[in-house]
Amino acid sequence: MAEVLVYVDHVDGAVRKPTLELLTLARRIGEPVAVALGNGAADTAATLAEHGAVKVLTHDASEYAEYLVVPKVDALQAAYEAVSPAAVLVPSSAEGKEIAARLALRIGSGIITDAVDLEAGDEGPVATQSVFAASFTTKSRVVKGTPVITVKPNSAAVEAAPAAGAVEALSVTFSDKATGTKITGRTPRESTGRPELTEAAIVVSGGRGVNGAENFSIIEALADQLGAAVGASRAAVDAGWYPHTNQVGQTGKSVSPQLYIANGISGAIQHRAGMQTSKTIVAVNKDAEAPIFELVDFGVVGDLFDVVPQLTEEIKTRKG
Amino acid sequence: MSLRIVVTVKYVPDATGDRHFADDLTVDRDDVDGLLSELDEYAVEQALQIAENADDAEVTVLTIGPEDAKDALRKALSMGADKAIHVEDDDLHGTDAIGTSLVLAKAIEKAGYDLVISGMASTDGTMGVVPALVAERLGVPQVTLLSEVSVEDGTVKGRRDGDAASEQLEAQLPAVVSVTDQSGEARYPSFKGIMAAKKKPVQSWDLSDLDIEAEEVGLDGAFTKVEAATERPARTAGTIVKDEGEGGKQLAEFLAGQKFI
Ligand SMILES: Cc1cc2nc3c(=O)[nH]c(=O)nc-3n(C[C@H](O)[C@H](O)[C@H](O)COP(=O)(O)OP(=O)(O)OC[C@H]3O[C@@H](n4cnc5c(N)ncnc54)[C@H](O)[C@@H]3O)c2cc1C
Ligand SMILES: Nc1ncnc2c1ncn2[C@@H]1O[C@H](COP(=O)(O)O)[C@@H](O)[C@H]1O
Repeated sequence: MAEVLVYVDHVDGAVRKPTLELLTLARRIGEPVAVALGNGAADTAATLAEHGAVKVLTHDASEYAEYLVVPKVDALQAAYEAVSPAAVLVPSSAEGKEIAARLALRIGSGIITDAVDLEAGDEGPVATQSVFAASFTTKSRVVKGTPVITVKPNSAAVEAAPAAGAVEALSVTFSDKATGTKITGRTPRESTGRPELTEAAIVVSGGRGVNGAENFSIIEALADQLGAAVGASRAAVDAGWYPHTNQVGQTGKSVSPQLYIANGISGAIQHRAGMQTSKTIVAVNKDAEAPIFELVDFGVVGDLFDVVPQLTEEIKTRKG
Repeated sequence: MSLRIVVTVKYVPDATGDRHFADDLTVDRDDVDGLLSELDEYAVEQALQIAENADDAEVTVLTIGPEDAKDALRKALSMGADKAIHVEDDDLHGTDAIGTSLVLAKAIEKAGYDLVISGMASTDGTMGVVPALVAERLGVPQVTLLSEVSVEDGTVKGRRDGDAASEQLEAQLPAVVSVTDQSGEARYPSFKGIMAAKKKPVQSWDLSDLDIEAEEVGLDGAFTKVEAATERPARTAGTIVKDEGEGGKQLAEFLAGQKFI
């Protein structure tokens, strides 16, 4: 059976969920061979094996942490040459897309980004994408070279599928371009203890209507009752009320949770672009004409300062 | 010596309009109003600021696109760019990211450059890969997705805010930079700027000017193919209640019914 290369996103050996989803999708096309790079690469093997990786190619070198993107492209290319896979799958993060694109160019292939689903087809894998602020769904294929496809989080269920997951050291020679962009400093993001925005089953967001950084505690209290991630509109982020990493929308994260709760958000096209594919959508907004209500399964026209705390209290009561 | 900055800008269908596909499943650029991609305005803005801080600099805006794409160039010129290059050729219709990066790289080389500045993503394709591809083709450092950027003594520095960490980056020129919408508000063209733009040079190049064969680009040369595009069904109308003191409880009831509580 053909092998499918899967690029592993991990933090010091802890595999991030989107990579496990990628393994599910990879198994539809062939046998997943994972590529894990950098600090802790070998520690990823057990988890990857549990989810279907037949082989885990690993490599660590200081270059991965000291220089931007290109060392990882060099390594992924080395893996590509060692395996000759039927396709290469990469998680659709900002960095993942850049790595995938440069690899595609080097190996003479096409690139599809931000797939939300993947199926085997007669002429190679068919990727589903959600475009124009999620108002259209497309089916695309790479028609030249080995398909290189980046896949968004929450695109498939994580499934256990035990496989050998034999660890093999990947041999990598860095190109002379690898050290072009130095990373001279790094400030890790502080953990909030809440789920990752893009991976969360429930997202509770606040917009301009929240009216101040201090009021975001109302949004966070609701999120914590539901075990949800917290999102924000660009208006709230631009006002400095919430960090940019939590922005939902075209220039923020795109999320596709089971439940999205928009509070004091009007529903501009650029915001919708990042949340329109959520399974269930709920909104609280005092303006009955707000476009967000066109999307909702349930909406409350009212003041979020009354509705949200009452909702939070009611959930607490019901949970007992 | 003068700092030569090339800004890549894209002419895109207005996101607030009714965007759709043409019969050949390419983005319909005829039936919808177009404009300079808002995310490329940030690239123009940073280029102008870098030029203002340099002793001697020249900002060239470059676009690949149909006749109307000149509007995007005009807007960038009226913001303050010095000159413009329009790559236009019927054979470019349907070009994908790999092809776009080829044409941009050839045009950038022909124009001459020390620094390329791009937007974080185009608002129609939203791939966010063209700057990385252009860097790969030019063989120069990629310093991308910056929320903060500066250039001094032939070195570009910037801050890249990623998911896991915020990174400080540094590279020697020549380099390819892309900037996010966190990099600073783009200026509005002044009346004087709009008048001045009318007199600024706009060069037109076609594929033969760039030594590119028609087969390398366009729909037929593309490395990817859209096989189907379907409009997403409108979401079915939900229940909307007016809060009369019980709105939060009603919402809780709905969420419980859906098994979220
Ligand atoms: C290129 C580009 C990219 C963009 N990218 C993004 C993006 O990624 N994400 C994003 O979100 N936006 C993005 N935007 C901005 C977008 O166009 C909107 O400006 C933004 O989403 C508006 O945020 P908002 O809904 O919070 O604010 P507003 O549109 O001002 O809406 C606030 C809402 O809150 C309601 N409200 C006020 N007070 C209360 C109250 N007490 N109780 C209940 N409701 C109340 C109001 O009725 C109103 O509907 C982008 C724009 C551009 C041009
Ligand atoms: N046709 C084009 N003409 C000029 N620049 C472009 C074009 N397409 C993409 N770009 C540049 O590449 C950036 C990223 O585009 P993309 O990878 O398509 O999302 C844009 O913000 C532009 O700066």
